[in-house]
Amino acid sequence: MAYLFQQALNALQLGSIYALIALGYTMVYGILTMINFAHGDLFMVGAFFCFLLAVYLKLSFVPTLLLSMLGVACLGVIIERLAYKPLRAAPRVSAIITALGVGLFLENFTLALSPYPKHIPPLLTNTTWAIGSLSISSLQVLVIALSLILMLILDFVVQRTKAGMAMRAISWDKTIVPLMGVPVNKIISLTFAIGTGLGGAAGVMYGLAYPVIDPYMGIMVGWKAFICAVVGGIGNVRGAMIGGFILGAVEILVAAFFPSTYRDFVAFTLLLVLLILRPYGILGKPQPQKV
Amino acid sequence: MSRADLLLSVAGLSVHYDSIQAVDNISFEVARGEIVTLIGANGAGKSSTLRAISGLIPYTGSVNFAGKDLRNLAADRIVAAGIAHVPEGRGIFGNLTVRENLQLACWQRKDKSKIAADLKNVFALFPRLEERSKQLGGMLSGGEQQMLAVGRALMSDAQMLLLDEPSMGLSPVLVREIFRIIREINQAGKTILLVEQNANMSLHIASRAYVLETGRIVLSGAGKELTGNPKVIEAYLGG
Repeated sequence: MAYLFQQALNALQLGSIYALIALGYTMVYGILTMINFAHGDLFMVGAFFCFLLAVYLKLSFVPTLLLSMLGVACLGVIIERLAYKPLRAAPRVSAIITALGVGLFLENFTLALSPYPKHIPPLLTNTTWAIGSLSISSLQVLVIALSLILMLILDFVVQRTKAGMAMRAISWDKTIVPLMGVPVNKIISLTFAIGTGLGGAAGVMYGLAYPVIDPYMGIMVGWKAFICAVVGGIGNVRGAMIGGFILGAVEILVAAFFPSTYRDFVAFTLLLVLLILRPYGILGKPQPQKV
Repeated sequence: MSRADLLLSVAGLSVHYDSIQAVDNISFEVARGEIVTLIGANGAGKSSTLRAISGLIPYTGSVNFAGKDLRNLAADRIVAAGIAHVPEGRGIFGNLTVRENLQLACWQRKDKSKIAADLKNVFALFPRLEERSKQLGGMLSGGEQQMLAVGRALMSDAQMLLLDEPSMGLSPVLVREIFRIIREINQAGKTILLVEQNANMSLHIASRAYVLETGRIVLSGAGKELTGNPKVIEAYLGG
């Protein structure tokens, strides 16, 4: 029982990081119907920002987290303006290939600056609480709580604020939104800022939980988070969160009961089956045909 | 009309889609308080004209609104200048509630108390919208969506409404209803540029009309005078 609870905590930790990254994919898709394949690499940049701020500026946890999020958000907005905006009227495949290119650029740029894996210093004193045979680390609790708080804030922004309303409107029909007096480009920039900022936050938290970082760390995590977004129903914010926690749980459970090398294989197989049963994802709806 | 009354003036407007010329050098004017209608068959360039005015598509020529050149303004700034465009097919956001659809149209506005008053007016004009204010826009019937689209235009507090085929796809009873409402809105002070295929109804309520045929204005005059004019019928059948 304690073992199961322990694994559930691990699953929540991993799942919340996946969910944070998946949100970035789903928000950008929702608003531009484009998969930002550079998003996993922006997550990696978040981890490197965390490293730079913590090691060279000796900042404590909170400013490191906030500045890393801000840095990645700015980078996301710049990437959208320079690389994706000129392609908005181009076929979607051009934008997707560009996104892959931006991802490769980020990987290799980081690699050029930092050829060896880096070690993120412990920004927080990690205390472990033992309850019976159960051990809970404060870091784990922090990662889960912080992710949940960020997701609640995001959900509030999307569902309850004027800007969130504009984002949802753009995801329905981008061509009509300017007629409401809404500056569409600003809302798209804001969406990129929030989505990539959350990816940056995930990078920081990942770096704290698994402190060795390298320029290629975003690839696999990015693919998995993308799958989370698809499983939850791409374009659906709550779906991305659910998808993240599902994948986190599946991975941890597989690693707990099978040899850990089976983890990715079983996880991806389960997700494939889920997609066969629900091709639009858990919360996704079949796209209405527009005439 | 005197210059002071002039609200919208379009001069030498042309719109191209690749090699197709949708609108060919048309000029017309709308005075403050008027209902002006552009009528013509499908493909005559009516919608393109409206889309050019509200900054959705590139064009050549000039569009002047209340003394302001709209040429280099982005679509959202044109809304702020005082033009609300109700697009063809209504453009309701199906994933937003009725109330949110109305709120979104207030994006440029800061006057909270006036917004609340306008919302009250819209609900008074369209009681169905108040009943359904918490429902998603996509759940409304075609007639209700059209009312929401007009309501939304009113919420942007524009001086002028561009209405693109408001009668499209509605039952005859609803068509009469929507035309009655257009006249009511006009009497309450909004200037209206109405694009319609339903020539009879729109000529009936319009102070002036322009008849478009394959991108050109072929006829213009007072609404009542054009009713039953054989040239109007000709324009619809194509020359």
